[in-house]
Amino acid sequence: MTDAVATGDDTNEVDQGRRKFLTIATTATAAVGAVFTISPFVASWEPSERARALGAPVSVDLSKLELGQMVTYVWRRQPIYIFKRSPEMVQSLAAHDNRLKDPKSKESDQPAYAKNESRARRPDIAVLIATCTHLGCLPKQRFDKGDAQLGTDWPGGFLCPCHGSRFDLAGRVFDGSPASVNLRIPPYSFPTPTTLLIGQDETSAKGEA
Amino acid sequence: MASNDTPAAPGFMGWLNKRLPVQQFVREQLLEYYAPKNFNVWYFFGSLALVVLVMQLFTGIFLTMFYKVGDTSAFDSVEYIMREVDYGWLIRYLHSTGASAFFVVIYLHMYRALMYGSYKAPRELLWMFGMFIYLALMAEAFMGYVLPWGNMSYWAAQVIINLFSTIPVVGPSLVEWIRGDYGVADATVDRFFALHVVAIPLILLLLVALHLVALRQVGSNNPDGIEIKEKRGADGRPIDGIPFHPYYTVKDVVGIGVFLTVFAIVAFFVPTLGGLFLEEANFEPANPLSTPEPIAPSWYFTPYYAILRAVPNQRLGALLLLIAVLAFFFLPWLDRSPVKSVRYRGLLFKFFLGLFTVSFLTLMYLGMKPATGAYVTAARLAAAGYFAFFVLMPWYSRADRTKPVPERVRFHA
Amino acid sequence: MRNAVLAVMVLGAAQLLRPALSAEEAHHPLDWENWHAGNEVTNTDSLQRGARNFNNYCSACHSLKYLRYSRMAKDLKIPTEQLKANLMPPGATPADYMQSSLQSADAIAWFGKEPPDLSLIARSRGPDKVYRFLKTFYLDPSRPTRANNLVLNNPAMPPVLSALEGVKAAVYTTTKSTVDGKIVETKVFDHFDTVVPGSMSAEEFDGFVRDTVNFLDYAGEPAQADRRSIGVWVVLFLLTFTWIALLLKKEYWKDVH
Repeated sequence: MTDAVATGDDTNEVDQGRRKFLTIATTATAAVGAVFTISPFVASWEPSERARALGAPVSVDLSKLELGQMVTYVWRRQPIYIFKRSPEMVQSLAAHDNRLKDPKSKESDQPAYAKNESRARRPDIAVLIATCTHLGCLPKQRFDKGDAQLGTDWPGGFLCPCHGSRFDLAGRVFDGSPASVNLRIPPYSFPTPTTLLIGQDETSAKGEA
Repeated sequence: MASNDTPAAPGFMGWLNKRLPVQQFVREQLLEYYAPKNFNVWYFFGSLALVVLVMQLFTGIFLTMFYKVGDTSAFDSVEYIMREVDYGWLIRYLHSTGASAFFVVIYLHMYRALMYGSYKAPRELLWMFGMFIYLALMAEAFMGYVLPWGNMSYWAAQVIINLFSTIPVVGPSLVEWIRGDYGVADATVDRFFALHVVAIPLILLLLVALHLVALRQVGSNNPDGIEIKEKRGADGRPIDGIPFHPYYTVKDVVGIGVFLTVFAIVAFFVPTLGGLFLEEANFEPANPLSTPEPIAPSWYFTPYYAILRAVPNQRLGALLLLIAVLAFFFLPWLDRSPVKSVRYRGLLFKFFLGLFTVSFLTLMYLGMKPATGAYVTAARLAAAGYFAFFVLMPWYSRADRTKPVPERVRFHA
Repeated sequence: MRNAVLAVMVLGAAQLLRPALSAEEAHHPLDWENWHAGNEVTNTDSLQRGARNFNNYCSACHSLKYLRYSRMAKDLKIPTEQLKANLMPPGATPADYMQSSLQSADAIAWFGKEPPDLSLIARSRGPDKVYRFLKTFYLDPSRPTRANNLVLNNPAMPPVLSALEGVKAAVYTTTKSTVDGKIVETKVFDHFDTVVPGSMSAEEFDGFVRDTVNFLDYAGEPAQADRRSIGVWVVLFLLTFTWIALLLKKEYWKDVH
């Protein structure tokens, strides 16, 4: 200890307890402040209002969609397959549950209304996120039954070109595929019988404009 | 004193200290660095400058994530940050307030040196590094101001770059080379972006490091101008010194708290500060066909701007502006006084320092006003007062009747 | 005939009860250069009225290209149905920026220049100046728009609010001054006189303009209300922190003599 700093004179005992308390108090307050300071910067990385606007629901006109026809739309930068299933296609969905990894979609990601047999609000309109649940490639359309490459018992569906994952006409994944869960389904609704609105359903009813 | 003598600490710290001199650094730079015990309020501004530097770097990095450089996108991208990025408005205001705060802190930091003779031997190099930091900071602020591409950004770039045309022979082609085009254009803002975001921050960091190393080498000055290293106790430590840690770490935290409080009041309640920190004209996009009226640089440049305009000749005015900034470099050799601190200087120095202070502040005010009539006359007088401080210093610093400098520093508990 | 005369008398009397100029405005000389907008961006009702005013009287020519309808609706607490019904042009979606449908070529043909975007007008001119601009249009038959303005001389903008405000004429007084030994008479603006009353009284029109300016102030910086409210907490926190740090400093500095 030098002259400048308290020495020998023991009538001024250093109150270590108080110093420790105040040090902890200061440090703790500073830490709280640091967390609050960091949070707006972290928040700034969230999708901005522009991203949210560009991610607004997409409206699809179904009046011209023919049986067996598929169209692709983009919603929130993801490709969405929309296709019209014939009654035979819908019926065929029940026939091969034993060849599927997740026939009841228990492990897969879809809205509550798409956890049914046809994985859709309306069995005739299928809405699937066209991203293979293995590593993200775009699965290719293979609607024809008994495809030469896929085998005579192929009921129709999708084949992913990257690593060979196969999905049925409701996007459910077949055994033997590298993918382990069914194709994901976005929130959607039918404002009118011939309009499909991707990205908006009852849970986001306030409308993400 | 070698690190080999340090007893090995157990565990992780022992492992680390064997490979990186962390413990040694803390010991030498914080626990065993003795600073004078009589630092007053003027000694806060060095650590505050460091705080502002870190804040500008951090907020600047985040702005770079959202800003889109280019003459057609920059202005829109700033509004995007202000309106559509979550808390973008906060990041922007912290950065714009920080830029002005930097100059408030730096000017007060430099003024401390003028008062207490902190530029005098053996601290001449420390002062020079500081001056280089000041120059780099002015370049950084100028270029940063151009980036939003508002109307004031454009015209400030136009006017300041045109100053370089006064350089004989190379002037006009130099100006075209700086701009990268025949007028201030996309190419200009693109290169200013690279310099502002990467080049000058790196230079600043290097200069700040050198500045701190030079400080560590000679030790801090103090309000009494006494070299504390000259009086050591039996243990070899300066008797008027106290360890930097915990005494000045703890004191600087208070200084930072006060500073941040004032800073927050400005940033959250008056970020434009009535047009001083964010000019109204800059809320309009750059327009080459319409000069804002009145046109003035940011407040931290206005003293030099006033000097420039005080001279009726453009070339001479630019030269005088340059001399006005560079004059600070020569202080260690202009000042012939044996005494460092204003506390022990005579009336002459006090007068000229006071004259300098009033002149500088007057020039700062006049630089914001139009260059007409009485304003020009006042600017000429104020410029004279400003230069008198430097030009006459070799005479008055020696002729000054100084007071005897005490043996020990003046300290009030 | 008698009914017609009575009707005219009643209407005339009604106009008398709705002065076109406020008491302040009828002062001589009119202190218009010191008028203040006095707006509060926290007054959501006023902002809603201002948004409505902007939509009805300004949006035909002026865009607010940095503001989205949805953002405005959220900040001004306007339900989506009302937003779509009253505040959006046909064909627009809520996420769109507020563009005007006036084409650039038409604007130049009709007005000589494009009406500027107003997103930042309250920041680049200040709300007070915008307020004064909207309230100092006066009759000037020599101009193509038959109007001039005290804040902006010879504006390309026509006096779009004259149906509400009425038409007023500028009255000048002459002042004599000496320049170079000669006596010079200059015309100086003194006050306004109502020429044609508008559908609003002076107070109503003043409220209309204040609401509109308030809305433009909001549009210039939608985050400003948040900024101030967060700022209160930040400053309180920093004061608390500084106080604790000061106690710590004082404790340690007891050592130093």
